[in-house]
Amino acid sequence: MITISSRFHADSLLTWLLRLTGAAAVLVLGGIIAVLLIQSAPFMLEHSLALWRNDWQPGQARYGMAAMIAGSIMVSVLALVIAGPAAVLLAAWLRYFAPLARRPVLALVELMAGIPSVVYGLWGMLVLVPRINQWAPPGASWLAASLVLALMILPLALLVTDTALGQLPGRYLQAGQALSLSRVGMLRRVLLPQAGPAIVSGLVLQFGRALGETMAVLMVAGNVVRWPTSLFDPVRTLTANIALEMAYATGDHRVALFASGLLLLLVTAVLLALSWRLRGERHEMA
Amino acid sequence: MRWPDRLAGVIGALLLLAVLVPMGLMLWSLLEQGAGVISVDFLLDDPRQAGRAGGIAALLVSTGWILAVCLLVAVPMGLGCALYLSEQVPAGTRRAQWLGGTLDMLAAVPSIVYGLFGYQFFAISLGLGFSLLSGGLALALMVLPLMIRSAEQALRAVPLSYRQAGESLSISRWGWVRRILIPQAAPGIAVGIILSIGRALAETAVLLFTAGYVLRQPDSLLDSGRALSVHIYDLAMNVPGGMPRAAATGLVLVAILIVLNLSVRRLLRPAQGAWQ
Repeated sequence: MITISSRFHADSLLTWLLRLTGAAAVLVLGGIIAVLLIQSAPFMLEHSLALWRNDWQPGQARYGMAAMIAGSIMVSVLALVIAGPAAVLLAAWLRYFAPLARRPVLALVELMAGIPSVVYGLWGMLVLVPRINQWAPPGASWLAASLVLALMILPLALLVTDTALGQLPGRYLQAGQALSLSRVGMLRRVLLPQAGPAIVSGLVLQFGRALGETMAVLMVAGNVVRWPTSLFDPVRTLTANIALEMAYATGDHRVALFASGLLLLLVTAVLLALSWRLRGERHEMA
Repeated sequence: MRWPDRLAGVIGALLLLAVLVPMGLMLWSLLEQGAGVISVDFLLDDPRQAGRAGGIAALLVSTGWILAVCLLVAVPMGLGCALYLSEQVPAGTRRAQWLGGTLDMLAAVPSIVYGLFGYQFFAISLGLGFSLLSGGLALALMVLPLMIRSAEQALRAVPLSYRQAGESLSISRWGWVRRILIPQAAPGIAVGIILSIGRALAETAVLLFTAGYVLRQPDSLLDSGRALSVHIYDLAMNVPGGMPRAAATGLVLVAILIVLNLSVRRLLRPAQGAWQ
């Protein structure tokens, strides 16, 4: 009897403990949203329109974030434009043209994915910025930030694409071979369109990662609050702005930084929902 | 072979070069700048002159404490939540979808937002200040989704027949979890822990205004301390003449991460062999 009752006790305790940790995960997300909302809500209600203006001068109580929002988007879009197609083509090439190279290259790419963003930033400062500076000063620029980000998001974009291609049924490839299609034709007409939604879904997540990246961008973008007009102009992103100014911000300035954090969180949520939707469609098709 | 295929082969090889060359350059530039500085003394000396001279001993200590706090919170919580998902939430149910969605969202939250949250909640609301404790806790929340997902994957990979055998012996739930499930999933859980360590060591933005950037050896968990990654950033950006030591610190960090990566490979290999 004793063993049974103590067993029962341990089991129900375990059940509750596990429920509690499950709830904790939800609480963490809720807590993050709540803290950002509480910190920035009063300010946003008061200055909601001023946030979208183009003058960020915290000293004079001007908190227009438009130039930094543009900076974040421009830097990330260019990074995705560089890294996205490269990752997709490379993954397809490794799988269908150079299968022998696939394993070692993927191992290397996994390693790249684990390298800290500060080290990517350091590489940008040591190698990229001086080169761009010789060509079109000052070097720390939109282009430098996008190139560093592109190299940073490429590994995961490649791994996601490889997984998406790996999930395609092998009979597609056999059918294509039976029809003696060229491998390029096969890829272009059958394999890539079939894996397309899953690939795009993964790329959307990588775009979100680029938007949310702080350190690598901070180290090479030049961080001037200005609407960039050329690839060689310095830019400041929302994330870099938080990292640069949080240490000394007080009052409304501090609250404006929390508001920009909330904006980042919202955009991330929208991108995540988009990525889910894309992946969901693929399930329906299969 | 037809010409489009040949062309594609060449383009792919060129693309591979376009990725490998920058990576090679990255390693080369770190070595060029930092190799001259690295020595045993670099690891054992405390930094002097804001990091321009001396070594990184104090930073290794701070990083170790931040990591310890992070793991002490993230591993039990992550394992608990993974057990909850694998044991009590049937896949495909509404609850599974909601929890999965929450984890995906937590994984997608930008690290600077974890930094903002950690600063406001741990450092200010809970009064922990700029400290190793605040930094470790904020970092724990950031690595939590990774820890949960990899532990869940390991737990779900335990064969159903083990569970059926356990049930036919009417083993208690707690006994099943403790004696069979966790030992069976141990290598996978270890992989999750190592991946979490790697993620935590690589992170900078979360720590900027939670753990702070004091260079001294910390006396307690409530002291501010600078992690290796923050040191790299600060030396490279804010300290003139700090570049060689920033690169050397980067080399140390990358070396640690390569060792972690290799140990994950080693842990995964026998499991794969057994299944294939």
